[in-house]
Amino acid sequence: MNVSQSFKLAIKSLQTSKMRAFLTMLGIIIGVGAVIVIISLGNGLTGMVEQQVEKVGVTQIYAYTWGQGDGTTSNVTPEEMYAFTDSHPDVFEGITPWVSGGQGVRYGNEEHKKTGIYGVSEDMYRPRTGTTLDGARLEKGRYLQYVDILTRSDVCVVGAYVEQVILGGDAVGKSLSIGGVPYTVVGVLAQNSEELREGSGDDQVFIPYPNAMRLSGSSVVQLYQMTATSRDTVTEAQALLLDFLQTFYHDENGEYFFDWYYVQSMLDQVNQINAMMGIAMAVLVAIAAISLLVGGIGIMNIMLVSVTERTREIGIRKSLGAKRRDIRRQFIIEAGTTSAIGGIIGILFGCLMAMGIGTLFGGMLVQSLGASGITFSATPTLGAIGISFGVSVGIGILFGYLPANKAAKLNPIDALRYD
Amino acid sequence: MVLEQLIQLRDVYKIYQMGEEAVHALDGVSFSISQGEFVAIVGSSGSGKSTAMNIIGCLDVPTSGTYHLGGTDVSTMDDDQQAEIRNKMLGFIFQQYNLIPKLTVQENVELPLLYGGISAEERHKRAVQSLERVGLADKRRNLPSQLSGGQQQRVSIARALAGEPSVILADEPTGALDSRTGREVLSFLQKLNAEGDTVVLITHDNSIAVKAKRIIRLQDGKIVYDGDARAPEAVVQPLESGEEAEA
Repeated sequence: MNVSQSFKLAIKSLQTSKMRAFLTMLGIIIGVGAVIVIISLGNGLTGMVEQQVEKVGVTQIYAYTWGQGDGTTSNVTPEEMYAFTDSHPDVFEGITPWVSGGQGVRYGNEEHKKTGIYGVSEDMYRPRTGTTLDGARLEKGRYLQYVDILTRSDVCVVGAYVEQVILGGDAVGKSLSIGGVPYTVVGVLAQNSEELREGSGDDQVFIPYPNAMRLSGSSVVQLYQMTATSRDTVTEAQALLLDFLQTFYHDENGEYFFDWYYVQSMLDQVNQINAMMGIAMAVLVAIAAISLLVGGIGIMNIMLVSVTERTREIGIRKSLGAKRRDIRRQFIIEAGTTSAIGGIIGILFGCLMAMGIGTLFGGMLVQSLGASGITFSATPTLGAIGISFGVSVGIGILFGYLPANKAAKLNPIDALRYD
Repeated sequence: MVLEQLIQLRDVYKIYQMGEEAVHALDGVSFSISQGEFVAIVGSSGSGKSTAMNIIGCLDVPTSGTYHLGGTDVSTMDDDQQAEIRNKMLGFIFQQYNLIPKLTVQENVELPLLYGGISAEERHKRAVQSLERVGLADKRRNLPSQLSGGQQQRVSIARALAGEPSVILADEPTGALDSRTGREVLSFLQKLNAEGDTVVLITHDNSIAVKAKRIIRLQDGKIVYDGDARAPEAVVQPLESGEEAEA
């Protein structure tokens, strides 16, 4: 009795009671389907985060330099930070101070309270790529230049919302009032999100950082934005930066002040998000796996019933020379086939569900993030499909073993006499 | 090679423990059956004939004593070894036909060959041959439920023949059939015997037993008659001990 024979027999046996076969499979279908949906959505989310990060740039590093917080004691100066990054050109591509200048601009008689004011240096812009460190492309005019910073010129670069909505288009050369001082627009950044909205990433104005410090009344720069030369150098750059800041923030007694500064990279955040999503997915998959377990028990239950119902058949087969292993194999293959078919249906069902949910919620999610050029696609990996299928077959065989063994051990005389 | 003594039981006991009481289903039974014989094992219910059939059919092992089938001692074999012997040497015909309802006639006939590890082509050939012998080759694609009782019993005979067994073991083969079909089945068994097959028939019915050449009558687990089926005493029901014979 070979495997293909047992397999044919198993299919035949399933065909004789389709409803029962389907109900038996249902647990496996739901379990595998749920696992596929969860993994697909997780992949979709991970993919989305990756895209977002690619867009903003995974090479970004932020250094928070609070010092003692009162702005009096010795704090690292922009010049010192520049000197530090300049000494490591192989890992640092650029650095800019980042000073918040509060919110609100005035154009003509109209007040726009949600417009963000940020003070940066000319290094925020990378002429090589034509984009800022945030990944925004310069569309018109020029970016802030070294001389603007040096002379604290009242010039600014504005986002797309500011140009089109506040200034009514053709912004270069127009004048905005920030904190009562007129600033001339010298450049415009490309639109960042799908639609222009107040307070969004397009509703921003960039001015020389000393001007922003004056606006906010602070005497020190507390945030620097840096770029590593590539994704691979981020970790090294971060380590060098930490070293530098640790050396800087200590007193003569050799006391270090680790809470006076903080370094964070985009890569850290991505890794954190991925790790969190990984845990969430693992928990969800574990919950879905319970359904697989229940499905397996369902199969075992039905197989036990089937063995009892077919006691006579087992007796006949044994009388004709079936050995224990023949009978055992027949029932194990039957259980395995049941769960394998359930697994395949579950995979198809899960893929369809994932596509449906992905289209419904993915669109909403992308929209709520307001980022352009980002897509959400909930697709399962081939590995996930393969493993789900393997697990469902494995469950069938595992839970089919007990009933199959019971069948194999039946005494032929008793089995033949059974009605 | 023609084996003189195909079946040889020597001092076979089968004892069932029913609580405190030990029931002797077979109580020291010895007999031999040679190749080409047609033997009926007769007895009323409780005589031990079913137990004898189980032991001859390698479905059970004796409590003590030996059973040689084709020269091999099969009385101490385990489950799987017995299965192998059943597959190679025995062909069963049951009262209830015992066909598997969801398999076609041909698939049913092929079953013993399947468990014997015969190739698909050879299985097919032998199943068709076997069905031709019982005159049902045209019904091979039918399900058993589409056949009459007599036809089903012939399918089960074809199944028994397909494995080319040394012994055909028929357990009340006419019990579920009307008398005319029953006679057909019996004459078929006689025909098989005439062609050289060894047939062992188990029955409670004297009128069926006399179709065999030799009768072994069991009562209370003991042999009370073993001899020619045509002898007058072969069909006489022996009296219980202590009773007086009237004639």
